[in-house]
Amino acid sequence: MKLLLTGNYAAAYAVRDAQPDVISAYPITPQTPIIEKLAEFIDSGELKAKFVRVESEHSAMAALIGAASVGARTYTATSSQGLLYMYEVVWWAAGARLPIVMGLVTRALGPPWNIWSDHADFFTVRSSGWTMLFASSAQEVYDLTLIAYCVAEHRDVLLPALVAWDAFEVSHTYEPVELVEDATRLLPPKGAWAPPLAAEDPASLGNLAYPEEYAETRRLMVEAVRRVPLVFAEAAGRLRELTGRDYSRGYECYRCEDAETVFIAMGSVYGEVRSAVDALRARGVPVGALKVWLYRPFPYEGVARVLDGKKMAIVLSRTTSLGAMGPLATDVATALALKGCSVKLVEFSAGVGGVDVTEDDVVAMYKAALEREGGTYFWRGR
Amino acid sequence: MAHRVFPREEYLLKGHVACPGCGAAVMLRHVLKALGPNTYLVIPACCTSVIAGPHPRSAFRVPVLHIAFAASAAAASGMIEALEKLGKPANVVVWAGDGGTVDIGLQALSGAAERGHNIIYICYDNEAYMNTGIQKSGSTPHGAWTTTTPSGNPGFKKDLPGIMVSHRVPYVATLSPAYPNDTFAKLRKAASMRGGLKYLHALTPCPPGWRYDPSLTIELSRLAVETGMWVLYEVENGVFRLTGPSRALLEKGKRKPVAEYLKLQGRFRHLSPEDVERIQRMVDENWERIAEMLKEGGEHSSEQG
Ligand SMILES: Cc1ncc(C[n+]2csc(CCOP(=O)(O)OP(=O)(O)O)c2C)c(N)n1
Ligand code: SF4
Repeated sequence: MKLLLTGNYAAAYAVRDAQPDVISAYPITPQTPIIEKLAEFIDSGELKAKFVRVESEHSAMAALIGAASVGARTYTATSSQGLLYMYEVVWWAAGARLPIVMGLVTRALGPPWNIWSDHADFFTVRSSGWTMLFASSAQEVYDLTLIAYCVAEHRDVLLPALVAWDAFEVSHTYEPVELVEDATRLLPPKGAWAPPLAAEDPASLGNLAYPEEYAETRRLMVEAVRRVPLVFAEAAGRLRELTGRDYSRGYECYRCEDAETVFIAMGSVYGEVRSAVDALRARGVPVGALKVWLYRPFPYEGVARVLDGKKMAIVLSRTTSLGAMGPLATDVATALALKGCSVKLVEFSAGVGGVDVTEDDVVAMYKAALEREGGTYFWRGR
Repeated sequence: MAHRVFPREEYLLKGHVACPGCGAAVMLRHVLKALGPNTYLVIPACCTSVIAGPHPRSAFRVPVLHIAFAASAAAASGMIEALEKLGKPANVVVWAGDGGTVDIGLQALSGAAERGHNIIYICYDNEAYMNTGIQKSGSTPHGAWTTTTPSGNPGFKKDLPGIMVSHRVPYVATLSPAYPNDTFAKLRKAASMRGGLKYLHALTPCPPGWRYDPSLTIELSRLAVETGMWVLYEVENGVFRLTGPSRALLEKGKRKPVAEYLKLQGRFRHLSPEDVERIQRMVDENWERIAEMLKEGGEHSSEQG
C-alpha cells in the first residue's frame, strides 16, 4: 500500500505496524505530529498500546524503561531540548539492555531558540550504546523504524535503537511511502526476548556493581554492539525480500566507483548532494556520494573501502563542531586511519540550524575544498 | 489490631548491607511482608540502592528495577501499564528516599499521581540525603544539623503527604517502623485499592545521620509518634483519620514533650531551649490544625448523614 505521508506520519505508521505495548512521549516541535498520530491510532483501535502522557521527556524514557523491564515493546519520540532533558535515562536504557525504540526529529539546541534541523542533538548520544539510524526521506523513516525493532529486540543485541530524521525537510514534508503489507513477516514475534524482571523469578536490574562487575557489563555491551551490523543486515535483507528496498550495508553509495572525490552526508541534504554529483559529473568532474544510514555502530570497514584510493572526502556536517572536527568527520577520519588510507578530508559545517543547503552550495563546496587544506570549515553560503 | 498475624516469610534477606539500626531496612522488611512476592520494586538512587547488595546478587526476594534518581515514579508508571497490557497483575511499588521524593523526584511523582496509575509510592524519610553523606534535603526538619547546614537547617520540612492529598489520590498514609501492625493494615489497604496512586510516607530514623545509638531506632520511632512530631494517619478518598497511637494524642496533655525526642539525637544537640520551645509550638500548632480538620470533617459527615 502506498500513502502520501510526512516523515513524522511515516514513523507513526511504522509504529502502528510494529504494535508496541506501551508508548510514552512529551510534545516538542517538530516531533509533535508523531505522537498526535499515534494517539489517533490508539483512539481508533488500530494500535492497541497504552499511552503514558508524561510530564517530561525524562519521565517518557523512564516510563519505557519500566515497561520494557517487564517485557513490553515500546516507543517514544523527541527532539533537541527533549533529548537533552531525557539524557540521563537515555544512557540508563542502554545500560539496562532494554530494546526501546525512539524517533528523533533532529532540531537545533538553544540558545538561541531554533526549531529547525541540526544534528547536534543526535550526536550527543553517539557513545551510549544505542543503535543509531539516520533516515533521509519519509520512506526511510518508515523502513528504518521497523528495522530498529528487529535490531533492538534481537537476542544477540538487546540494546535500544533510535531513528533520526531532519526537522521539516523530512518531518513535515509529504512524500509517497510504501508500507509493508504484513509487518509481522519482518518483525520478531512479540515476547521473543526474555524480560529481565519477572515476579516468578525475582532478579535485580541495575544495582550497584563493583569495578570488575561493572566493567564486565560494559564489555558485554561492546560485544552486543559488535553484533549489530550483522543483525541489521539480516533484518534489512528481510525487508529487501518484501519490498526490494536495500539498506543492508548501512550506507548507500552513488557513483562512487570511479570517483576521485566523495561527498559524505546524512539526512535530507543528501538529495542536494546527489544532484550536485550529477551536475559535476555532467561537467566531467569525477565525484560520488555516500549516505550513512547506520551511524552507530559506525561502518568503518565499508566506508574505508569506498574511500580507499580516492583523492578527497568532503563531509557535510549539519552541526557546528566546536573545538574539534565534527563527529561524522571524525568517524570518517577514523575509518581512513584504521585502513591506512591517505585521503584529503575536508569538513563543512553546513545547514546548521535549518539553513538551506542547495545543489549549488554543494558544487561550490567542491571547489572550495580543492583550494583549501584538509580540516573543518564553516559554510556561510556562496 | 494485635491479633493480626504477620507473615513469616522474609523478602528482605540476610546479607543486606544497611547500617545497624537502619530504620529504613526495618520499614522495608515490614512493607514487603505485607505486600508479598507478587511485587515489583522500583528504587531510585538512595541508601537502598546500596542496601540491596552488589550486582549480580540482590538482598531482596522480589524483582527490583534500579533507576535514575528523578525517575522512579515515571518508571513505575510505565511498568504498571506494561504489566496490565501483558496481563500480569502485580504490585508495582516505588521505594524512594526523601530526597528522591520531595526534591528531585517530585515532578515525576506529581505527574504519576495526576495520571492516576495504580502504583504504590513509599517514601522512607530519613530527613536528609544519607547516601551521599547527610546533606540537607527538602525534608530535613527545622533546626537539624546536616553537613550542608552546619549550624542548623533554617528551612522547614515540606509536608509531602499534604501535597499528595492535594493531588486527590485515593490514599495517603504515614508509617512508622515502631508500629508494624499499623504498617501492615495500611499496606494491605493500599494494595487492594485501585483507581490511582497510593502514597505512603514513613519516618525512618538513621543512626549515622541523626547521630544516635543504633539500638535506639525503635524507641526514637515511637517517641516521634508519642511526642506528636510524627503523626500516624491516613486519608482515604479525601477523608482524614488518625491511626494507631496517634488517635489518643489530640489532647496536648497526652503528648510527651518534643524535647524527649530531640535530646536523643546529636543532630539537634546545638538547639537552645528557645529553639526547642519553637519546635514544640510548631508541633502543637500542627495538632490544632488536625483537631480543626477532624471537627470540620465530623461536621461535614454529620451534615451528610
Ligand atoms: C541526578 C543525580 N544527582 C545526584 C545523585 C547523587 N545521589 C545519589 S543518592 C543521593 C541522596 C539520596 O537521598 P535520599 O533520596 O534522601 O535517600 P537516602 O540516601 O537518604 O536513603 C544523591 C544526592 C544521583 N545519583 N543522581
Ligand atoms: S545511612 Fe541511614 S538510611 Fe542509610 S543505610 Fe545507614 S542507617 Fe540506613
